[in-house]
Amino acid sequence: MTTLDVNTLANAKAKGKRPYFFDDPAVERVLSITMAVAGELAVTRERLDTVERLLEAGTPVTKANIDAYRPDDDAAQERQAWHAEYISRILRIVHQELEALQATDDVSPEELADKMAAS
Amino acid sequence: MAASLPPTYDRTAPNALGAKVNHDEIARFNFLTSVNVHLGTQLFPGTKLAFEQRVKPAFKKAQGREIATRVEVRDAMRTDPLYQTWAALRRNTMEMRQQTGRAIALRQLDALIARAKELNDAKPTLQLNPQTKIPRYISEVDNHCMPGSYYGELVPDDVSGPANYDLGVFVTGAGSMSARNDGGGRGVAKFVRERWPDFKPKRIMDLGGGIGSNTLPIAQAFPDAEVIVVDVGAPVLRYGHARAQAMGYDKVKFVQAALEDLPFEPNSFDWIQSTMFWHETSAPAITNGMKRIYELLAPGGMTLHAEQPNFTESTPLWEKFTKDWDAWYNNEPFWSKFHTMNVIDLMTAAGFQKDKLIEGEVVSDVEPGFYQPWAGSLSRHAPEKTNTAPTTRAWRGWYMFGGWK
Ligand SMILES: C[S@@+](CC[C@H](N)C(=O)[O-])C[C@H]1O[C@@H](n2cnc3c(N)ncnc32)[C@H](O)[C@@H]1O
Repeated sequence: MTTLDVNTLANAKAKGKRPYFFDDPAVERVLSITMAVAGELAVTRERLDTVERLLEAGTPVTKANIDAYRPDDDAAQERQAWHAEYISRILRIVHQELEALQATDDVSPEELADKMAAS
Repeated sequence: MAASLPPTYDRTAPNALGAKVNHDEIARFNFLTSVNVHLGTQLFPGTKLAFEQRVKPAFKKAQGREIATRVEVRDAMRTDPLYQTWAALRRNTMEMRQQTGRAIALRQLDALIARAKELNDAKPTLQLNPQTKIPRYISEVDNHCMPGSYYGELVPDDVSGPANYDLGVFVTGAGSMSARNDGGGRGVAKFVRERWPDFKPKRIMDLGGGIGSNTLPIAQAFPDAEVIVVDVGAPVLRYGHARAQAMGYDKVKFVQAALEDLPFEPNSFDWIQSTMFWHETSAPAITNGMKRIYELLAPGGMTLHAEQPNFTESTPLWEKFTKDWDAWYNNEPFWSKFHTMNVIDLMTAAGFQKDKLIEGEVVSDVEPGFYQPWAGSLSRHAPEKTNTAPTTRAWRGWYMFGGWK
């Protein structure tokens, strides 16, 4: 029987210097933690979906039944669609920045307010 | 929702060594797969727009000339906020995949080792050699951010590294490698059978064959051949051999050796092949390796390799930058240099005749629903023609190169 500290070893870093993409590594650290938390919420949500489907089917909600559950094709599609929707929701600001890049005629409301106050 | 969705993780084949992936771990992989799809199909096109609209013009303004090299693109892009976000998320998702896969493998490591032992013990088809020298290009960084790489051992008889690899590959390609991660090998077997129906190899080597996932379809297609997986890493071979045995491929051999020191007789192979191997080596390794391959092939034998194609004159700058991304940021250091080499010249320098060279493309052969239209924008190994600007070589699966002796 090997006694390994699974939590620590699962987190092991790959050999080689890690690149940081943001000017401040703290931003990257927070983004990384945020994505991990987002992932765990998605896991909980998928578990809840399983519980709901078991209840609907009249199957006893036991840990064993939750673990044994496999979605049929329709349920699998619905669950994947939920993931896609969820991810686009958490990345909203990035998409809005992308949209702003496409909309070159955006005005600044701050400047507009100053202008309107002056006239 | 117009876009097609990736398959759920539970659609993959059960792990051959019996690794159990529980409900929440499946969900974790589903989340990460969807993040990869989102990054590849939605945000990645945005980084190109950022390049065209602000990075390129800013470079021109500052330098008084057009941006010209992929390294210039790389350095200029690093200041762009949209790119920073995409790149940080991509790197992070790879790390999360590794974390998730390792947690699954390590949690049940005793059972995995026991199962591998049961399948491996006293079998002459597994030949490990502890004297094998791990090349520097493997030992200095862990390729594609996989802690421990292919050879690392946490405990004696460890198989946790390859188990993690086998469990997690699905996430990065969003299923495009197939339910058993063998779409490439199946494609190669089909390609060879269709192109050369009379080719009946008696002895086949899969160089850098790893866990053999792409080797087994070749063994299946050529049941009379002696098939040998060669790799430097003991854990991948232990795992791969056990996996093959569990799947009923009890004749396939797994031999530990380095490309630099292949323990075989000259003229002794009819086919030496590799998939996704060379980009994880080095320039001297491929140059000398090709010569050694020529030596080991029997007259009338063939060598064939699945890789990303080298850049040509007409490869667009943006494509060069994106293809090199993994070299810089996913611990695949040789990939950038490899892109600039000319494998065809290498082959002729190794002794292959020009008129006996092979080029072609192999399309990943996978279950319905596993290769989505957008798969090429995710996997660095299987870019779709439609997802890249046209190059002189029209290809969509893997680029194949090789030659006859
Ligand atoms: C990206 S993996 C590809 C594995 C397999 N061909 C596949 O298609 O899944 C590259 C493999 O090459 C092996 N390798 C790297 N350098 C090697 C060398 N010099 N000699 C033998 N094997 C090597 C690694 O250990 C690893 O298993």
